[in-house]
Amino acid sequence: MTWPRSVVVVGASAAGLAAAEGLRRQGYDGSLTLIGEESHAPYDRPPLSKQLLAGSWEADRTALRTPEVLSGLDLELRLGSAATGLDTRAREVVLADGSRVAYEGLVIATGTRARRLPGTDGVPGVHVLRTLEDALALRAQLALAPHLVIVGGGFVGAEAAAVARGLGCEVTLVTDAPQPMSDALGSDIGAVLRQVHTEHGVKVVTGVLAERILIDGGRATGVVLSDGRTVSAGAVLVGIGAVPNTEWLAGSGIPLGNGIECDATLRAGDGVWAAGDVASWPDPLTGARTRVEHRTNAGEQGLAAARNLLAEPGAAVPFSTVPYVWSDQYDLKIQIHGRTGGADRIALVDGSLDARKFTALYGRDGHVCGAVGVNMLRPLRALRPLVADRVPWDEALAAGAVEPPHGEPIPGAIPESAIPEPTGGAR
Amino acid sequence: MKITVEEDKCCGAGQCVLVAPEVFDQRDDDGIVVVLHQTPPQEQYENVREAAAVCPAAAIEVHE
Ligand SMILES: Cc1cc2nc3c(=O)[nH]c(=O)nc-3n(C[C@H](O)[C@H](O)[C@H](O)COP(=O)(O)OP(=O)(O)OC[C@H]3O[C@@H](n4cnc5c(N)ncnc54)[C@H](O)[C@@H]3O)c2cc1C
Ligand code: SF4
Repeated sequence: MTWPRSVVVVGASAAGLAAAEGLRRQGYDGSLTLIGEESHAPYDRPPLSKQLLAGSWEADRTALRTPEVLSGLDLELRLGSAATGLDTRAREVVLADGSRVAYEGLVIATGTRARRLPGTDGVPGVHVLRTLEDALALRAQLALAPHLVIVGGGFVGAEAAAVARGLGCEVTLVTDAPQPMSDALGSDIGAVLRQVHTEHGVKVVTGVLAERILIDGGRATGVVLSDGRTVSAGAVLVGIGAVPNTEWLAGSGIPLGNGIECDATLRAGDGVWAAGDVASWPDPLTGARTRVEHRTNAGEQGLAAARNLLAEPGAAVPFSTVPYVWSDQYDLKIQIHGRTGGADRIALVDGSLDARKFTALYGRDGHVCGAVGVNMLRPLRALRPLVADRVPWDEALAAGAVEPPHGEPIPGAIPESAIPEPTGGAR
Repeated sequence: MKITVEEDKCCGAGQCVLVAPEVFDQRDDDGIVVVLHQTPPQEQYENVREAAAVCPAAAIEVHE
């Protein structure tokens, strides 16, 4: 292989590791450097709000690869060193200690970080959940069984609520959405989730914003809501989404917007590719620029970036995917294929909302755009081809004995409010 | 090639089944991965490596 002789991957997590492994699997045998800001070897984030937070796993179980497998990749692994700049002309990555690492090919996989509430950085009792340290710190707090107030009703907030209840904490979940996770699932299924959380003793407060956090004696003591109420808190978890880590690329000429703005092949510049939570690309399936914050996408894009980096000029392949995400809450296993945000119709395929065991199809503009399952893992997989092929809605209904939720006529009978909001990030 | 899986890591994503349906399946009740051929035939090697790579829970280990 004559080109490239050196590849640098910045971001040593799911997407970066997948890119590094992809390069080696494609036969790349030149120098390979994996640069990560965190001091840990690549670890996995989904367990942080599940097994790790619950205490059923210790930190070492989150490792993505064993040390043997990692060393088999023949990497120069530079952990605990953040990239602070990119010189695309000299083709060098600048690190925090001032050193420069030259590349012929570069994959950027710097992911996202938790969005915080302004003015709460470093305030004891205020938590976010993105890194292993975050999860261990929150876990230590939960062991004291505080009243945990969770700001944000997305996946991370809802999962943490379930875990915290299991650990005996009093939990209040505050979200500005009409239902927990309703931006991803729509308010019908969001309402089912709310019911489940309520039954498990979570106080769910919807349709209000958290305005600010009360701090007393240097510690968080409560959350002030936009309706004027104050909820007292022993600990606060802020789960209000994530921000792409792109600041270090300022001035590099890499196109930045909501993430790194790649082309359809995930290429972001001369010899530069991006993958994972940080990458935004024009999705050929929908024609829209998209950034997906899901674990499976990180792996798939890491592999795709590696393939395209090594491809002959003009031979790079556009990246295309059916997004997939899952969430575990209590004994519910929730799974989503495709895109549910912006759906204009929902139909139940199998099971029932009341039994909390069902599959449902989501449609948009007359075509299937997503499929959701709760506690029906194999049957849901059977619906995936309908999503992948964007089958016309009527055809999908005819094929699969589909009934609307609550027995309402199809199509369009689901109330407006039941339909998910279109979202930018998919998580 | 030999395949091992860590069942308690598997999140039931089924990505492995999509990539290598002749080697992986899922249990009906909880969706946990089932390995159909612990030592798969050679023509499946590439699919199996791909499945291990895209598994979002890093639950599949391939020993070659
Ligand atoms: C608590 C939690 C639970 C989740 N649960 C699920 C789930 O159940 N299902 C699901 O599908 N997805 C889930 N996700 C989302 C999933 O974890 C992400 O989509 C995935 O981690 C993205 O991988 P990534 O490699 O693109 O980015 P990241 O995981 O964000 O990794 C980026 C890495 O780059 C490093 N970095 C950043 N800037 C620099 C720099 N300048 N120099 C060097 N290194 C840098 C970071 O330290 C980090 O290690 C969850 C996420 C969280 C936080
Ligand atoms: S891809 Fe991984 S997590 Fe999903 S079913 Fe297969 S082994 Fe389990």
